[in-house]
Amino acid sequence: MAERKILNGNAAVAEAIRQIDPDVVAAYPITPSTAIVEYIAKFVADGLMSAEFVTPESEHSAMSMCVGASAAGARVFTATASQGLALMFEILYIASSLRLPIVSGIANRALSAPINIHGDHSDTMGARDSGWIQIYSENSQEAYDNIIQAFRIGENPDVSNPVMVGMDGFILSHAVQDMLVEEDSKVKAFVGERKPLYNILDVDHPITVGPIDFTDYYFEHKRSQFVGMENAPKVILEVAEEFKKEFGREYGFFELYKMDDAQLAVVVIGSTAGTAKVVVDQLREDGKKVGLVKLRVYRPFPAKELADVLSSMRAVAVLDRAASPGAVGGPLFTDIRASLYEYEKRPILVDYIYGLGGRDIAPKHIAGVYERLERIAATGERGELIGYINLRE
Amino acid sequence: MGVRARLKDLAGLEDKFVSGHGLCPGCGIPIMLRLVLRATEYPIVAVNATGCLEVCSSGFPYTAWKIPWMHNAFENAGATAAGIEAAYKALKRRGKLPGGDKKIKIVAFGGDGGTYDIGLQSLSGAMERGHDIVYICYDNQSYANTGGQRSGATPFGASATTSPAGTKLPGKLQWRKNLTEIMAAHGIYAAQASVSHWKDLFMKAQKALEIDGPAFLNVLIPCPTEWKTKPEDGVRLAKIAVDSKVWPLYEVENGKYKINYYPKKEVDVVEWLKPQGRFAHMFKPGNEWMIEEYRRRVNEEWERLVRLTKA
Repeated sequence: MAERKILNGNAAVAEAIRQIDPDVVAAYPITPSTAIVEYIAKFVADGLMSAEFVTPESEHSAMSMCVGASAAGARVFTATASQGLALMFEILYIASSLRLPIVSGIANRALSAPINIHGDHSDTMGARDSGWIQIYSENSQEAYDNIIQAFRIGENPDVSNPVMVGMDGFILSHAVQDMLVEEDSKVKAFVGERKPLYNILDVDHPITVGPIDFTDYYFEHKRSQFVGMENAPKVILEVAEEFKKEFGREYGFFELYKMDDAQLAVVVIGSTAGTAKVVVDQLREDGKKVGLVKLRVYRPFPAKELADVLSSMRAVAVLDRAASPGAVGGPLFTDIRASLYEYEKRPILVDYIYGLGGRDIAPKHIAGVYERLERIAATGERGELIGYINLRE
Repeated sequence: MGVRARLKDLAGLEDKFVSGHGLCPGCGIPIMLRLVLRATEYPIVAVNATGCLEVCSSGFPYTAWKIPWMHNAFENAGATAAGIEAAYKALKRRGKLPGGDKKIKIVAFGGDGGTYDIGLQSLSGAMERGHDIVYICYDNQSYANTGGQRSGATPFGASATTSPAGTKLPGKLQWRKNLTEIMAAHGIYAAQASVSHWKDLFMKAQKALEIDGPAFLNVLIPCPTEWKTKPEDGVRLAKIAVDSKVWPLYEVENGKYKINYYPKKEVDVVEWLKPQGRFAHMFKPGNEWMIEEYRRRVNEEWERLVRLTKA
């Protein structure tokens, strides 16, 4: 029987890992994902997991170990945040290029400087071109469910690609939620066994992994590495379908909230969706045709599916919890704007940078965004392309 | 388990690192590799830091390796080997090793750049955690793969492309880092060897591969390209390095220092310095102090090492 538990995001992720019990866990503590590693260490110490748990001396070595272990056929998990993910940056690309389905939990946190331990998406957004699948969570339940699905998605032979599962630092990692933890045996059965594409430990069939390519092969190999990402959308939906059948909760590339007849929409990633839903409910009571799109899968970016939904809106605001200095808006905004380029009919788009370094975003702020969308829709005047929420100028 | 270190026995064993690689004429790396890969009957999984050996042995679509081999990045051979070892332990315990249960040894190779410098943290972490891996540094005393920049292993005085001998500065002004002792300080088996003394190197490799736990070898590798010498002089120079006490052969086992070879006759450091183009400026008028300083420091380190063996 599934069990109701009150868990914070870190505990929820650790709980999924206890149930899955990967072959190797190699992780370095960093706020706010530290507790994931501590919970796992305790599970191993108490004999509740038999995984090989290793504590590298840095995140760079943690990801390097994950690459070695995954190339050796092991199912591998790590967890990190912020500077830790930034330190892994070099090896993130090697993990995806070697087609290793490592799963990483991320408690999203701001990047230095100034040093700041609170939540924003700068860390994972900085890794958006690293070839990792990126899935984001709104709450502890989703963090738990996403970790379980991540192994199935990444290890699917057509995908064979690493996956990072994000949850907002502190807001999710440290806030408790009443959630369902599924039965151990059901989770284990759902995830199944990893069947690696190759194994460096297969000494009877020696292979050379990670050789040097010159100008004659690099481009072809690089291109072939993208296939996993290209196959991922289909697999993500298949796994979500199976997950729904087994556990009842529904997942897709994104969640549509009161979007059926909406004319004004906000697009957001992560925990802020919860706040925005409250605002949408209030505005709906006032008869406003407003809706919300909560993006779950950021890489691969569901461009067509998202644009199909947004193209019929009159005005859309994208909320970016990360900045991309020098670019035309935050990362989510530029992706959405590009996705709509092919459409004859498309909404007026605005971008908001919000919540950097854990700056609070309250219902009143989101209500203000919808108010502006109303004005834009009424007048056709967009005004500033990029705005900032709750920022002292 | 060990193979007797007799050339006629070793010659009959299969080469696991084969010809076709692109290492320079006179490079000492293949000599070291062919010996080390013969030093155990357990299958070896090799890990290679970015560097000469990696680049020259794996140019796609060819490989010089007849054993499983993996390259991850420059500074993480220690962690990569540790990751493979962690997977090996987990899969063995869970009965999931490919081809069934067997003992496998994981051996990492890195140059002095990947070991003394950029990879030191990763290596130190792996050794501290006690992974059952052997790490072998092929120390050619410079960043040879990228064209001879100075490293933490480059000797005092040497002209390297980032410590060139110029009109104002006479080459590298710092003494080399004592990596073997740093590794010994981890409480592991750590040894220094040279390709010129193959029996000693073979014995140390055998010992390292028999240990259930971490072990480290630092092997002096002649590099004619960056030492600016004739290719055929490589092994001879490595021998002079040992005889002149520039590169003592010793091992640290269970905290005990042991010098494996006491040179029988005095060989002055000039015999080591003179044939190498990288030290040529030290023989110019006005730079005599450099040779004196070199000699003084070599003797001082040797005496210190001798004292450590008596501790």
